[in-house]
Amino acid sequence: MSTSSAAPESWISSFCSLIGHEYFAEVSEEFIEDDFNLTGLQTQVAMYKEALEMILDVEPEEDDEDEEEEDEEDESLIGEGGEVAGRERRHHSRMASDLSVIESSAEMLYGLIHQRFICSRAGMQQMSEKYELGHFGACPRTNCMQARTLPVGLSDIPGEETVKLFCPACLDVYVPPNSRFQTVDGAFFGRTFGALFLLTFPDYDLTKRGADVMQDITSRISGHPEILNGFFAKNIAPGLGAGHVYEPKIYGFRVSERARSGPRMQWLRERPGNINELDEARLFAEQNPESEDDEGANTNGRVAVVRRRAPGNARLRQRQQQLQQQRQNGSPMALSTNGAESEL
Amino acid sequence: MTALTNMEDYVSESDSDYTSYWRDWFISSRGNEYFCEIDEDYLTDRFNLTGLNTEVQYYQYALDLVTDVFDLDCEDDMRETIEKSARHLYGLVHARYIVTTRGLSKMLEKYKKADFGKCPRVACHSHPLLPMGLSDVPSVKPVKLYCAKCEDAYNPKSSRHAAIDGAYFGSSFHNIIFQVYPALVPAKSVERYVPRVYGFKVHAAASLVRWQSGRREEMRRRLRRLEVDTGFRDGDGEEGDEDGDVEFEGVDGRPAVVEGAPVR
Repeated sequence: MSTSSAAPESWISSFCSLIGHEYFAEVSEEFIEDDFNLTGLQTQVAMYKEALEMILDVEPEEDDEDEEEEDEEDESLIGEGGEVAGRERRHHSRMASDLSVIESSAEMLYGLIHQRFICSRAGMQQMSEKYELGHFGACPRTNCMQARTLPVGLSDIPGEETVKLFCPACLDVYVPPNSRFQTVDGAFFGRTFGALFLLTFPDYDLTKRGADVMQDITSRISGHPEILNGFFAKNIAPGLGAGHVYEPKIYGFRVSERARSGPRMQWLRERPGNINELDEARLFAEQNPESEDDEGANTNGRVAVVRRRAPGNARLRQRQQQLQQQRQNGSPMALSTNGAESEL
Repeated sequence: MTALTNMEDYVSESDSDYTSYWRDWFISSRGNEYFCEIDEDYLTDRFNLTGLNTEVQYYQYALDLVTDVFDLDCEDDMRETIEKSARHLYGLVHARYIVTTRGLSKMLEKYKKADFGKCPRVACHSHPLLPMGLSDVPSVKPVKLYCAKCEDAYNPKSSRHAAIDGAYFGSSFHNIIFQVYPALVPAKSVERYVPRVYGFKVHAAASLVRWQSGRREEMRRRLRRLEVDTGFRDGDGEEGDEDGDVEFEGVDGRPAVVEGAPVR
């Protein structure tokens, strides 16, 4: 498991190829080398500096004479102080037992960096490639028809929950089918990634199965779909709604709601038949014609006005226009002018 | 023949294949964990098998094999075909058997042991599943797993199980069992996942969640008017708590927050 720097494979790629680590993206060294991206992690990881060296495959310097110099380097590398404890520890020569501690620290540190990385532009791109190839598996729910899932955490703090799979088709989270993922910390993916992914790549066809995508390359929505609440309307929980809700039946007869064992949870899988019912801003404007910014406009005009102001639409519109022009060149990130890069 | 003598015989004569206690072998072989053992009495009552003779090839041989009275000398190919028919016959009788009183109680034991697996949905907290068919007609849909807590159907994890015909369990069994044992109906929960970005709810998903919560409250009101138990134990705080969904997302280190509580 531990890889010395002499090994041809980098620590990062060997970590990502371990069994159970199939969901991880390979964090680029540039990302790790930028101190800003590591802000605050020193306090969360024991033997931080050694762990960082291990991740980056930096050969630790062992001679005592260089210690002064080294410490200076440390400071410049890490930026801020608070490294007294770390420096103290470095006086001990590195033992084999230390190595396993460092190894587990490195895994923790990598995971925490990974949580940040996959929300960055480069990380999103890598995860989207893995998503397209179906690396994260499919939703276990029968009515989601094998929609592809995304790895998410339910907490950003390590040690609380293991990694879960978020299904964009039913907006629910599931336990990964294989028990080997039940040792992977959910914090290494974080709470934000799943939803941010959908916002970053609004034009994935969420109903596509991994197997379908292998056959034809396009798993993206084409044409000019309707936009609602900042999403393509057909991408709002496509696995829910009429025809996708399980109806309990006995010998062909539906079980009544009034029965003690009757259905109580169908709301969880429902979706309005007319998705525009979710356009709360427009509905509010229609029901409150007196509200100040709509006065004087007739019904048609009002609808148009309010729609244009719906949040997120501007970005999607822009995306759509660009897509029409540049659909062939493939890279979705090349078109993105949204939040992804500001996370870097 | 009682189960006990059956077992003893099995141990003493286990070396002779094909003719020894086919059902024991069938339910204990890999991939057949979802099946329970059908009583000999049930299998030998022809009334219970009405109509299956048209459904199963070599019906009589298959039935002989299942009831351990098969003694035909034949080619391996033929034997293989009869073996396949026997499995099909067993499955079809199984669908009828598990809705009888004896069958229900056998399946209940398996349910309590979670022999059918646990619900993959995080908010169901590993609630045990029940096997179900989406159709009563053979070879239409493979078996699915039903979670009584979220009332939804899931695909089996293992491909061995995913290949079993759903008609061997039928589309009614998992609902009948809760009619017969109403005490088993689990308390429903409003706990659910709400997608967030840096702590902020995503508008499209959040508006759907609000709409669904509205539907839930409508149902609760409807049932309360009829004085029917709504089945929700948590959050009996009635309407008004539209934002009362309990979430299991940690915020600032707390493992769970009630939505609507201040979120930094």
